Amino acid sequence: MSTRRTRATALRVLRQLRHDPRTVALLLAVPCVLQILIHALFDSRPAVFQSLGVPLLGLFPFVAMFIVTSITMLRERVSGTLERLMTTPLGRGDLLVGYALAFAVVAAVQVTLVSVLSFGLLGLDSGHRAVFVVALAIANAVLGMSLGLFASAFARTEFQAVQFMPAFILPQILLCGLIVPRDEMAEWLRVVSAVMPLTYAYDALAQLALPAALSARFWADVAVVAGVTVLALGLGAATLRRRTP
Amino acid sequence: MSTTIEVRGLRVVRGGREVLHGIDLDVEAGQVTGLLGPSGSGKTSLLRAVVGAQIVADGSVTVLGLPAGTATPRSRVGYQTQASSVYADLTVLENLDYFAAVLGASRSRVAEVVARVGLAELGSQLALSLSGGELARLSLAAALLNEPEILVLDEPTVGLDPVLRQELWGFFHELADAGTTLFVSSHVMDEADRCDALVLLREGCVLVTGTPESLRRRTGAADLDAAFLALIDEADEGKA
Repeated sequence: MSTRRTRATALRVLRQLRHDPRTVALLLAVPCVLQILIHALFDSRPAVFQSLGVPLLGLFPFVAMFIVTSITMLRERVSGTLERLMTTPLGRGDLLVGYALAFAVVAAVQVTLVSVLSFGLLGLDSGHRAVFVVALAIANAVLGMSLGLFASAFARTEFQAVQFMPAFILPQILLCGLIVPRDEMAEWLRVVSAVMPLTYAYDALAQLALPAALSARFWADVAVVAGVTVLALGLGAATLRRRTP
Repeated sequence: MSTTIEVRGLRVVRGGREVLHGIDLDVEAGQVTGLLGPSGSGKTSLLRAVVGAQIVADGSVTVLGLPAGTATPRSRVGYQTQASSVYADLTVLENLDYFAAVLGASRSRVAEVVARVGLAELGSQLALSLSGGELARLSLAAALLNEPEILVLDEPTVGLDPVLRQELWGFFHELADAGTTLFVSSHVMDEADRCDALVLLREGCVLVTGTPESLRRRTGAADLDAAFLALIDEADEGKA
């Protein structure tokens, strides 16, 4: 790995985004609008907003970065730029870490904006742990990014890549505990949700929404999120081949 | 003259079909070697094997004395794919800045290359707004950044107008005169005459190699188109 190549890759991905202001605007505005909607929806039940709002802060970047990364990487494969890069000294680690850095920066901006809105204007309460929420949301973004990188290897077209969102992400959102608490699920659903990384990300975020002190379970959740991110990046690296058929 | 690319018994299978059936080939240093043949004859597979991007079923490809695709050849070979292989949503300079960083080339080299291919005026234009010819030159510029000893170009002139093609071939010879080895594919036979050496590929086999002059002499044909047709007939008769 080389820091110059990694940094250049991160900068290149950010420059690509900069030339697409509409995508940037959507990335930043959509989570804010959704958070406002949810706040209005549960206007008469602030407790519900409190229990949904904090986890959602972490889910927005997860979903957004999954989609953006899988499409960007697919383009890289289809346009021939990946083949060009793979014939240069650029390492697979340079490429993946470059991507991770770039999207972590975008996620940080996105999360900061929604957090200021949620904690500042919408009255969401996360006590002294707003910093934790932001940090965890960025970790979720990198998790979404790494899963997106991996998923992009199985798409041949942008249509397929977009369909991976409902295929990979929606089941995780349904089963993570956000909609129905996991202890109320049928046994087999609980087993399925136990192997889904978002379950742990959600669990950690949900604990941040509670006033209680952080338990060992929180840190175990964080460890799972970090572990799966590294695993998915490793699997993603395995799909970047110097030689292809 | 020395050999910079040495191909021995190269077999490539793509999509369950063998597309190269045991190729033997030497590419001499400091020349423009043309790889000609109809589309589907295996030109791209052969070039990809030379840059180490192709999974090879059998045989060997040696580049600058080392196995193709290993780290040293990777930093000394420039490759332009058939697609332009640049980022459409970046400007000319942003594209080249990135590829320069990847290849370990200096920033001053970017300015040099961008002027060399005649894109200096268009530095801040997005690649997607470039014409076909400008895009081809940007793609070539990216392959030139690390001052490669070997330049592998896959159909660099396809779809370009005659003036631009003439210009590019002139440029290729300037590079060869400066010591670069060029291995250039084309499916347009009239480009064959612009090469120092020729390799004619047909249905995954090397039909013939030699200089344009030697091929004309051998077949007695006036132009290379006719010479190639005569060689194909000769090969078919040999088979029958």
